[in-house]
Amino acid sequence: MSSLNDRQQNRPVTYSHYTKNKRESSDAKSAQSRVSSGESKANDRAKRKSVQHSTFASYFANHVWALVSTLGSLYRTPLSTMMTTTVIGIALALPAGLFVLLQNVQHLSSSWDNGTQISLFLKHDVKSAQTSELLSQLESYSLISDIRYISAAQAFEEFREKSGFNDALTLLEENPLPSVLVISLANQYPSEAEVNVLMEYLSNLESVDTAQLDMQWLARLNGMIQIAQRGLFIVALLLGLAILVIVGNTIRLTIQNRCQEIEVSKLIGATDSFIQRPFLYGGIWYGLIGGVIAWGLIFVSLHMLKEPVKNLSVLYSSDFTLIGLGVYESITIILIGIFLGWLGSWVSVRRHLREIEPK
Amino acid sequence: MIRFDHVSKRYPSGHEGLNNVSFHLKDGEMAFLTGHSGAGKSTLLKLIAIIERSTRGNVYVAGKILTNSKRHQIPEIRRNIGIVFQNNSLLTDRSVFHNVALPLVIAGYRHQEIGRRVRASLDKVGLLSRETSLPLTLSTGEQQRVGIARAVVNRPPLLLADEPTGNLDPELSKEVMLLFQQFKQVGVTVLIATHDLSLVSEFGERCLALENGRIISDKNSFKRDRIKSH
Ligand SMILES: Nc1ncnc2c1ncn2[C@@H]1O[C@H](COP(=O)(O)OP(=O)(O)OP(=O)(O)O)[C@@H](O)[C@H]1O
Ligand SMILES: [Mg+2]
Repeated sequence: MSSLNDRQQNRPVTYSHYTKNKRESSDAKSAQSRVSSGESKANDRAKRKSVQHSTFASYFANHVWALVSTLGSLYRTPLSTMMTTTVIGIALALPAGLFVLLQNVQHLSSSWDNGTQISLFLKHDVKSAQTSELLSQLESYSLISDIRYISAAQAFEEFREKSGFNDALTLLEENPLPSVLVISLANQYPSEAEVNVLMEYLSNLESVDTAQLDMQWLARLNGMIQIAQRGLFIVALLLGLAILVIVGNTIRLTIQNRCQEIEVSKLIGATDSFIQRPFLYGGIWYGLIGGVIAWGLIFVSLHMLKEPVKNLSVLYSSDFTLIGLGVYESITIILIGIFLGWLGSWVSVRRHLREIEPK
Repeated sequence: MIRFDHVSKRYPSGHEGLNNVSFHLKDGEMAFLTGHSGAGKSTLLKLIAIIERSTRGNVYVAGKILTNSKRHQIPEIRRNIGIVFQNNSLLTDRSVFHNVALPLVIAGYRHQEIGRRVRASLDKVGLLSRETSLPLTLSTGEQQRVGIARAVVNRPPLLLADEPTGNLDPELSKEVMLLFQQFKQVGVTVLIATHDLSLVSEFGERCLALENGRIISDKNSFKRDRIKSH
């Protein structure tokens, strides 16, 4: 019954094509016959070009189309998309979050000055001439990079301002504080022996009362930060690898699901680059969405840390606040996500697309 | 357009699909390829579309030798061949329109041009009203016609069809064959594999008969008088 219907609606159409599409047919005819002769081949190509996109426009249009339609196909499989992107998000957020924390620690420690310092407390009776002599003597010492002179008066003033003992201090008849030379070392991480030799030398100077090795813990902290940075680098590398595997596997499954489509496309004359495009864009979308998720995770975590950190820094009468993600860092996270997503799918596509050939 | 020069195809299993086949199909010629099931019809068409490669002899299409064609050259060659497959091989998750549009999308046609050509092509096979349907909601015969529309949509100079009327009733089969003849009349070279000998005999076109991988006859089929009413 239904095939009868087909026929009835089909027959007039089929035959009417002859008259209706005559112009088109003859058009095709001339194109066909020209194929055989060589010189008109370019002609034919030119004619084709007029209905096809120019190379660049076509390239661009194809890409935009693939990009948008790929997003559509991700949307149609929300669960798998969500799982993949979430895993990518977490794998990105972990090293990126640690990086931000580390940056905060570094920022904090840099506000306390860098490296090892030595404070030379001068004897009370040292004259200014002697001081300048001492200064020039020390400056020639190669281990020393910088010397800051804080006179007794300056030190007193500073102490009064910072300690809050303003009233009590005014009762003092005489400034009890000595002048100080703050010496920064050229080498941020000097060896124990070097420091010992230097300390020996400094404490034996005539005008020096005591030499005090300051802030060595800061140098140690910096050393630890360096170790943490290395560790972070390794963690980031491993998690990056994990992202590649995750994306690669997801893309492999998609390729298997769309095996039929790939086969047919190849039969119709699709190039490898055409066929792999949606998969590469799939990877890029996974990376992009994963990057945004990572950014969100870090943003929320930092937000949750903000209050307690602020409370703590108030206790240390510091105005330290957590540095969040800047524009630069945010873009970097997302770009890294995109890159890893693209790379993972590229590797997978390279491996699996060739396996599918029409039979 | 197509030339087989002592071509043999032995499958890895050792089975001889084609055995020393030679023939020449000229530009704009139409021919039927007949033979029993397993005679090697599909194998012959697959060699032309480089789905399989000959193990001996050379295949030429449009003057180019296919035997040693590189992987990256294959897409360009296939774009100039419209293929109607034995198993219609439509994408089940795409509408009829998108299925037919696929060759044009691959070739990078403009959007409006795609719409125009796809509709013209669907019109030819009488399925214009079904452009938004999914292939699985069509009858097998309709699916086969969608396959034909897809094969001709970018007006290839060479058209191959493997059992294009396998699932059609005699009336419809004849109409589909007439459609192929129309393509021949506009200069397309057409090669159709079929086992429907009575249908072949109605058309008076060249007929290559295969048996166990060999060509056993190559002649113009007997042309029965047809009433040309249109
Ligand atoms: N991939 C393959 N591996 C091994 N043998 C094959 C393969 N494909 C086809 N053959 C064999 O080659 C012979 C020719 O097969 P082909 O598919 O060309 O036949 P056909 O004429 O198209 O038959 P039908 O009318 O049933 O489609 C058959 O005997 C078949 O078993
Ligand atoms: Mg067959």
